[in-house]
Amino acid sequence: MRKKEMIAMLLAGGQGSRLGVLTATKAKPALSFGGKYRIIDFAMSNCINSGVDTLGVLTQYLPLQLNQHIGIGIPWDMDRRNGGVTILAPHLKSDHGEFYSGTANAIFQNVSYIDAFNPEYVLILGGDHIYKMDYSEMLHFHKKNKADVTVAVQEVPLDEASRMGIMNADESSKIYEFEEKPKNPKSNLASMGIYIFNWELLKSALEADSLVHPDSDFGKHIIPTLLGQGKRLFAHRFNQYWKDVGTIESYWLANMDLIQTVPEFNLYEDFWKIYTDSDHQPPLYSGANSQITTSLVSEGCEVYGTVKNSVIGPEVVIGEGAVITDSIIMDACVIGKNTVIERCIIDSACKIGDDVTMGVGDNIKNELKPHIYDSGITVLGESTVVPNGVKIGKNCVLYGETAPADYPNNELASGQSIVHGLEEE
Amino acid sequence: MKGIGIILAGGGSDKRLGKLTESRATSAMPIGGCYRCIDFTLSNMTHSGINKVAVITQYNSRSLHDHLSSSKWWDLGRKQGGLFVFSPYLSDDNSYWFRGTADSIYQNITYLERSNEPYVVIASGNSIHKIDYNQLIQYHVDKDAEITIAYVPAPKDEDLRQYGVMDMDENDRVLDFEEKPLEPQSKFISLGLYVISRKLLIDLLKSISAEGRYDLAQDIFMRYRKRLRIYGYRHEGYWRTLNSTKAYYDTNMDFLHSDIRNLFSRKYPFTQTKPKDEPPAKYNFGANVKNSLAGSGTILNGNVEHSVLFRKVFVGENSNITNAIIMDGCRIGNNCVVDNAILDKEVVLNDGVQIIGSSDNPVIVTKKTIL
Repeated sequence: MRKKEMIAMLLAGGQGSRLGVLTATKAKPALSFGGKYRIIDFAMSNCINSGVDTLGVLTQYLPLQLNQHIGIGIPWDMDRRNGGVTILAPHLKSDHGEFYSGTANAIFQNVSYIDAFNPEYVLILGGDHIYKMDYSEMLHFHKKNKADVTVAVQEVPLDEASRMGIMNADESSKIYEFEEKPKNPKSNLASMGIYIFNWELLKSALEADSLVHPDSDFGKHIIPTLLGQGKRLFAHRFNQYWKDVGTIESYWLANMDLIQTVPEFNLYEDFWKIYTDSDHQPPLYSGANSQITTSLVSEGCEVYGTVKNSVIGPEVVIGEGAVITDSIIMDACVIGKNTVIERCIIDSACKIGDDVTMGVGDNIKNELKPHIYDSGITVLGESTVVPNGVKIGKNCVLYGETAPADYPNNELASGQSIVHGLEEE
Repeated sequence: MKGIGIILAGGGSDKRLGKLTESRATSAMPIGGCYRCIDFTLSNMTHSGINKVAVITQYNSRSLHDHLSSSKWWDLGRKQGGLFVFSPYLSDDNSYWFRGTADSIYQNITYLERSNEPYVVIASGNSIHKIDYNQLIQYHVDKDAEITIAYVPAPKDEDLRQYGVMDMDENDRVLDFEEKPLEPQSKFISLGLYVISRKLLIDLLKSISAEGRYDLAQDIFMRYRKRLRIYGYRHEGYWRTLNSTKAYYDTNMDFLHSDIRNLFSRKYPFTQTKPKDEPPAKYNFGANVKNSLAGSGTILNGNVEHSVLFRKVFVGENSNITNAIIMDGCRIGNNCVVDNAILDKEVVLNDGVQIIGSSDNPVIVTKKTIL
């Protein structure tokens, strides 16, 4: 096999538990974003646009949808004879078997995959962020500095810095200290969880660390150890759009960023396309009485009602007289006639009846999970069914096939939940 | 029932679509907001389990070749079978363009000889329909036919002089077949969709070629109608062929009806096309879009009604688009008026430009025009 200069490893095993019911049926990287995309599309498209055509995707938590989405990588042009995309799931070895117990441990368990390409450099990525980044520029920076490790960093406001991993670097961008969630941050350079390692160095560091830390992690173990050994670590500044979508509200906000007339994060540029699995893409139809403003609407939708300030995924049908405001509706949902939806996130393939009102009422935090559902947004998990004529408040959670009997007085008050068929509840 | 497919995509040189086919073959005409005409026949082939398909091109085939450059979108990137694209070529003993439909197949007769499937489905790349070709082959077998020709009853007021017309007896056996007759004697239109056994086709092509005859309709169907058992297969359902600018306009407007959209886009199996990876359509503040289709990557700021917008179209503020077909990549500035018009790809209208046609005679603006 031909040698690859740099290959990428994408950590896509995360659950994203703060996204609540949205990640109850799939891993966070498989969650829809911006209408037709899934979160992982951004990192994967960045790879191919940066000339990185060999990518291992490490899956663990509920990988089915991710596997189906990625397939053999056709949408990203990653169906390659040499390289391409490979899904790397935890597996049994001859004497033992284990799940991935940490970010570095996951890479350690796949050393043989990387070795097969005999790369100079390995790019470590997460599948959790929305951004467009040229990794080849980062590699150039890495080589120019003769670095052992390069960490991509973003300048964040100082008050946010105490919630992140902070790299303290000198004026030549050489990192001299790493602090995880510092109380009094000395700098505002937050690690983006994107690293370039010299493979030989990383491999030996992973081997050594595996003997010490069974849950070997890049931020907690590998980076501090290499710093302690006096290796050359450099901070590569990235100052463009980069959003974590780890909570219900941040996910909602990042989607809403896209509907501005001139969005900060622009999907409409030709030279850095974001690819996704969408080979069936008929145009969308706006009915004779429809009204759509300040919204993103994806392929194959049939809109007969009103849509304002919203992001709509592919193949959604919005009935006559329905009014959708400030909401995210993912693919293949059906919204009934005269239904009013305000500030809701509705996952794929939900069926909402006629004359439903949703997301209206007092802003009371969710009773079961107030730390997740506290931003006034009502969330519906995948394939939820809502009967005709019910009224649903704010910060509600719905999952499964709900029936009129679930709604006393035809109503679900703010902060209440109806969850059918999920073990954790 | 194993068959191989041949799609005749050579049309366009006859200029029946006027300026629209100056830059492309009819089979490559954009349809319904995201498709090209040939997608319909190609998708029918794969959905019928025909996974070996030859597309025969001749006229202005660059955009068609571009569209077909990867066969994977139609599931035809296969080791067994797959997609073949044949264009005329020069050799020591052959320096002709294709001289007719039969000749275009005859010049690629190796494709037939190297196959072992018993039947050949020959279809036009210029027609829009959804037919399970397997049922057609089954009908052909059940009738013990030698050639089967699909037909539809002529729509009212249709000018039959631009079609192949045929007449059948009560058992659907073809009695008469005329190609573009001046005085049509029948009310049934041939769809340009045929089934024939592979061996018989090879024999017929060889013998008519030796006589210097080159056309499927005239030299086989018309000439052999008494000698061969030729049957008609009646197609019930949607069918259009792109044989005039009006037909092109009407076909696109058909996609504003949900039953037509559902047939091709929402009812499995879906018509497949080459994906373009554009983002979702963006409706900005001030957009007012009624009874229209919008392709992906489109950005809307103005008023659109009863129109088909393809991909990556930009419509500026206070512009009014009505009864129009706007192809990929057009850019319409502010305060423009477009009514009863077809804008070919990448047309740019600067602010305030007005393009107004009539419903009988839509204005055509050719590709990449800047006004």
